[in-house]
Amino acid sequence: MDIRFWDKKIETLPRDALHPFQLNRLQQTIDRALLTPFYQAALTDIGVRSGRDITSLSQLRKLPFTTKEDLRKGFPDAFLAVDKRKVIRVHVSSGTTGMPTVIYHTKRDIVGWTELCARSIVATGASSEDVFQNMMSYGLFTGGLGLHYGGEKVGMMVIPVGSGNGKRQVQLMRDFHTTTVHATPSYLLHLYNEFEAETIPLSSLTLKRAFVGAEPHSEKLRKKIETLYHIDVFNSYGMSEMNGPGVAFECQYKQEMHLWEDAFLMEVIDPQTLCPLPDGKEGELVLTTLNREATPLIRYRSRDLTRILSEPCGCGRTHRRIARIKGRSDDMIIINGVNVFPSQIETILMRFPEVGTNYVIHLDKKEALDRLTIKTEVAPRLFTDDSRKLEDLKSRLRHEFKSTILVNPVIELHEPGSLPVSQGKAIRVVDERKDLN
Amino acid sequence: MKITQISVFLENRKGRLFEVTQLLGKNGINIRALNIAETDDFGVLRLVVDKPKDALAGLKAGGFVASTTEIVAVEVPDNPGGLSEVLGVLSREGLNVEYMYGFVEKKSEEALLVFRFEDTEKAVVALEKAGIRIITETEIHNL
Repeated sequence: MDIRFWDKKIETLPRDALHPFQLNRLQQTIDRALLTPFYQAALTDIGVRSGRDITSLSQLRKLPFTTKEDLRKGFPDAFLAVDKRKVIRVHVSSGTTGMPTVIYHTKRDIVGWTELCARSIVATGASSEDVFQNMMSYGLFTGGLGLHYGGEKVGMMVIPVGSGNGKRQVQLMRDFHTTTVHATPSYLLHLYNEFEAETIPLSSLTLKRAFVGAEPHSEKLRKKIETLYHIDVFNSYGMSEMNGPGVAFECQYKQEMHLWEDAFLMEVIDPQTLCPLPDGKEGELVLTTLNREATPLIRYRSRDLTRILSEPCGCGRTHRRIARIKGRSDDMIIINGVNVFPSQIETILMRFPEVGTNYVIHLDKKEALDRLTIKTEVAPRLFTDDSRKLEDLKSRLRHEFKSTILVNPVIELHEPGSLPVSQGKAIRVVDERKDLN
Repeated sequence: MKITQISVFLENRKGRLFEVTQLLGKNGINIRALNIAETDDFGVLRLVVDKPKDALAGLKAGGFVASTTEIVAVEVPDNPGGLSEVLGVLSREGLNVEYMYGFVEKKSEEALLVFRFEDTEKAVVALEKAGIRIITETEIHNL
């Protein structure tokens, strides 16, 4: 196999050279973090007043964790480490109780992120000769813009089509001889139906590979997409708090994802005891940014469950890999690549006095895509005999969900007492999505 | 002149309508007219009964979502053009019908229809002025 590198020196840096490099960057990160209100308080609390107070990587475990809740409480400025005039981009994610989170980027941050994305793309064997059709959503969602910049940096011809519109996707793939696509795995399965409907033979395409991410999927599903399209499928990992895509990516060997350790310090912890676990043990991934100016994050709890694979990879990269994400250590659900918390759904329902407080979030598959059904009860007090008003209520609910959680749900109205009453969250989420195979 | 209609929210579940009728039967309530407005996943059952107060209380006690609405019951000649005559009055007066349905039983040679108007008061005045007979609540009970 002809192994390709974007930045061979850093990607194959021996680990004994990588560690001092990481320590140096960790110290810089702490210095930057001390400029933010949140870390100023959190770090001085434990006696850390300068990056130099940390003298080895093993001292990382002394530092406090950062959670999504901290980011929410700190909205909008508690994590900002630079003068706002230096910020050139913000990515905002929707919040649970109307409180969003924000990640700021300086020019240097965007350059750094773009480098990681370029590195990820080239690691899969792609090059400037490839045509890259980016089927991830653009905008505040980081999936689209991240790899878009990376693709351009590599010199690929990038088609920024975004998500949806299967007919258009197929047409573009044919017209511009797309070789590489980036999408959620379920969207690629869904798109396959489009080929069948359009009776366009897949053999007429020049597709070679797909990058898939933003939702958990099994090895079986990867194989299925590979067989359907006759392509290589590479797993991608990222999250908006760590820029977006380009945190970890599979190389040509397709044996789990190299996490770019020059840019992120990784730990896997036991989500109960919060103690770091040895490599190979499954737990929650915790990441520290090593190369970010505007929004440095220390020991950020991703809530994603995985394990660190420290065995060397055939490609020669020294950056350790993480296994595909097994699940979450919180109740977040991922619907067609969009992250949703049950509490967000609850908050929206509370704004409608016409429905009760009992609800069930039901998830299943419609064709290849996830379908969200929100079942709620009609409040007896506000019931009218006008079925149009009830239909109107359903459409207002649908609209509110669409614009807040970015997922278009099916709304079902039920009689009071027919849904389980409030007793913790687990019972409210019924996930019948079978892994497609 | 106005009649109380009972509306019941019904989710799309097997046997739900049966449960309503069973409950009314047990409470000795007689259904005079009924109609169901249906959508994909729920329906609204509308009932004219002989004892609306008892019916409402019984339904609520039985765990149903129910409410009352004012409707107007009208006698319509049971011959060709009978209904159009009534609708003609409404049309000339610019009165909007939200929905209408027929009675289960016949009192006489006339057909009985239930109307839900946007403006009930105005509709009653217009119908009476046109000489169309409106059925009273007592008449319904004694059917």
